Amino acid sequence: MIDWINTLIQGLLTGGLYALFAVGLSLAFGVMRLVNIAHGDLIILAAYLALVAVEATGMPALAALLVVVPAMALFGYGLQRGLLVHTVGKGLLSPLLVTFGLSIILQNLMLEIFSADSRGVQAGLLETLSLEVVDGITVGVLPLLILASAVVVVGGLQLLFSHTGLGRSFKATSDDPETASLMGIDPKRVYALAMGLAMAIVAIAGVYTAIRTSFDPLNGPSRLLFAFEAVIIGGLGSLWGTLAGGLILGLSQAIGFRLDPGWGILASHLTFLAVLVVRPNGLFPRTRDR
Amino acid sequence: MTDCLPHPPAPPASTRYSVVTQTRFSRMGEIALILVAIALCLMPWWGDRGLIRTATEFLYVLALAQTWNLLAGYGGLVSIGQQAFIGLGGYCLVVFGVQMGVNIFLVIPIAAAVSALVAIPAGVLLFRLRGAYFAVGTWVVAEVLRLLTANTTAVGGGSGTSITTAVKGIPAWWRESLTLWIAIVLGLGAIALGYLFLRSRNGLALQAIRDSEPASESLGIRVDRMRWTVYLLAAAGCGAVGALIFISKLRISPEAAYSLDWTTTMFFIVVIGGIGTLEGPILGTILFFALRGLLSGFGSWYLILLGAVAVLVMVRWPDGLWGLLSRKWDLALFPTQRRVVAIAPRKEDSPHGSR
Repeated sequence: MIDWINTLIQGLLTGGLYALFAVGLSLAFGVMRLVNIAHGDLIILAAYLALVAVEATGMPALAALLVVVPAMALFGYGLQRGLLVHTVGKGLLSPLLVTFGLSIILQNLMLEIFSADSRGVQAGLLETLSLEVVDGITVGVLPLLILASAVVVVGGLQLLFSHTGLGRSFKATSDDPETASLMGIDPKRVYALAMGLAMAIVAIAGVYTAIRTSFDPLNGPSRLLFAFEAVIIGGLGSLWGTLAGGLILGLSQAIGFRLDPGWGILASHLTFLAVLVVRPNGLFPRTRDR
Repeated sequence: MTDCLPHPPAPPASTRYSVVTQTRFSRMGEIALILVAIALCLMPWWGDRGLIRTATEFLYVLALAQTWNLLAGYGGLVSIGQQAFIGLGGYCLVVFGVQMGVNIFLVIPIAAAVSALVAIPAGVLLFRLRGAYFAVGTWVVAEVLRLLTANTTAVGGGSGTSITTAVKGIPAWWRESLTLWIAIVLGLGAIALGYLFLRSRNGLALQAIRDSEPASESLGIRVDRMRWTVYLLAAAGCGAVGALIFISKLRISPEAAYSLDWTTTMFFIVVIGGIGTLEGPILGTILFFALRGLLSGFGSWYLILLGAVAVLVMVRWPDGLWGLLSRKWDLALFPTQRRVVAIAPRKEDSPHGSR
């Protein structure tokens, strides 16, 4: 019994990381209707940036956030302005195929630079530190921190959307870019800011990935799939839904692993398909895909 | 894509019009296709083994590219999970060929049927997703199949299995020749089938859906039925090719069979060659093999370059290299559009003539 409770807690904590994977994707979709196929590879890119920062300067692992988050945000802004802007308004095929191409480029560049070896960032004490909640149930500090970060990120985004001018311009541009531009909003700039913000969140997810798990250049696609599944399970347009989607994925994966080590990842995919059967629009849909 | 055709000059009042679907160049295309098919069929008597292997690979990659082109370019269904059906087709060899002893070449139509059957429940789920979400959803389905296969010890589990026992007793010459001939049927067949299909009523409907779904639906086109047709056809095609691929490789593993690389290859070929045309993927496949031959020594840089070219083409020339060429010289090897041409009035026709 205590084992099962432990399994479920571990699942929820893993789910926190999946939620972080997913929030950036959800944001980019919410504002730009862009499904970024390179999303997972960008998470892995951020993880490698963290690895380089930590190994080059010897800074504590979490401090890498201070370097990687601004770097990725700038990269996202530039990516949108320089490349993805050419795909806006050209229908479905163009952004999908351009980001698919980008994904292949990123994977192979990382393979070329960092080799196919599996890597991880050493975080010392942070990796092993854990709290004993009650007798027999321990919770790692790092996973808890990740889950807390996911909650903070989602809460922060909600505040941004409801209380700031930037958030309102995001919503306005998402609803109708033409009318928004009549009101003095520059949709291209708004899209670039949204992408920068999405990449900042990707950076957080990437740094935590680097500390918590081992990774290699070809891990991006599986990250994309988790992010995507969390977004769909949660329902399009709902950030809290995305968080819930991540947690559900983590839970189902932990239960799957517990039943049979070979079935862990499969369990999360099957959960996703099951949600698709029962509730095609996800659990907490806010917007309809157009 | 009639909008990219040059407008004919305003004709004199007495000119009559006719709708044609062929050009002189396209008749040459048909003849060339037949001649190439004959030359390829005779290859076991004039080519060496290396050439036959390359031709076989070229043809099945061409077939894959055409199925993906049909899906994404004509059906508007971007799938990044077609490896699901390639893997499924490959594993049909293990189940039907190795374990049940069916002749390995007869497994190919079985693989097509099995893939189409599996595509039915997959489609029921995936058609609930739209656009880009459909794309990622297809990938999830492929991953599910890969993990299910890797967890099934009866077909070799995660490490895969050998198919050699199923080809025992078939002489090497016959095996290689038959593989080539089937590759010809699949590769050139995909072009011929696509050509005939796209020139038919249904093909016109399909292209209308691609250009505007609401408009075509309002004209009475049954969008869902067309989507299903395309999706099932592509699945069956990938299944058949999957079986053929692993007949020539003779060893199969979940990693290789359900590899995303298959879809990546189709993507490169179709996007660079020209999406939404029948000629584009042919040009793309030729380019893909040429580049691979030239750059195979450069490892990942080769894929980086291909990725960059694909991104550039998508941004600058969305209808690919073939689009660029055909607009410049008004070429159409396998024309699928109908064009209006003016017919000059004959001399005996009076201005108010008897028609």
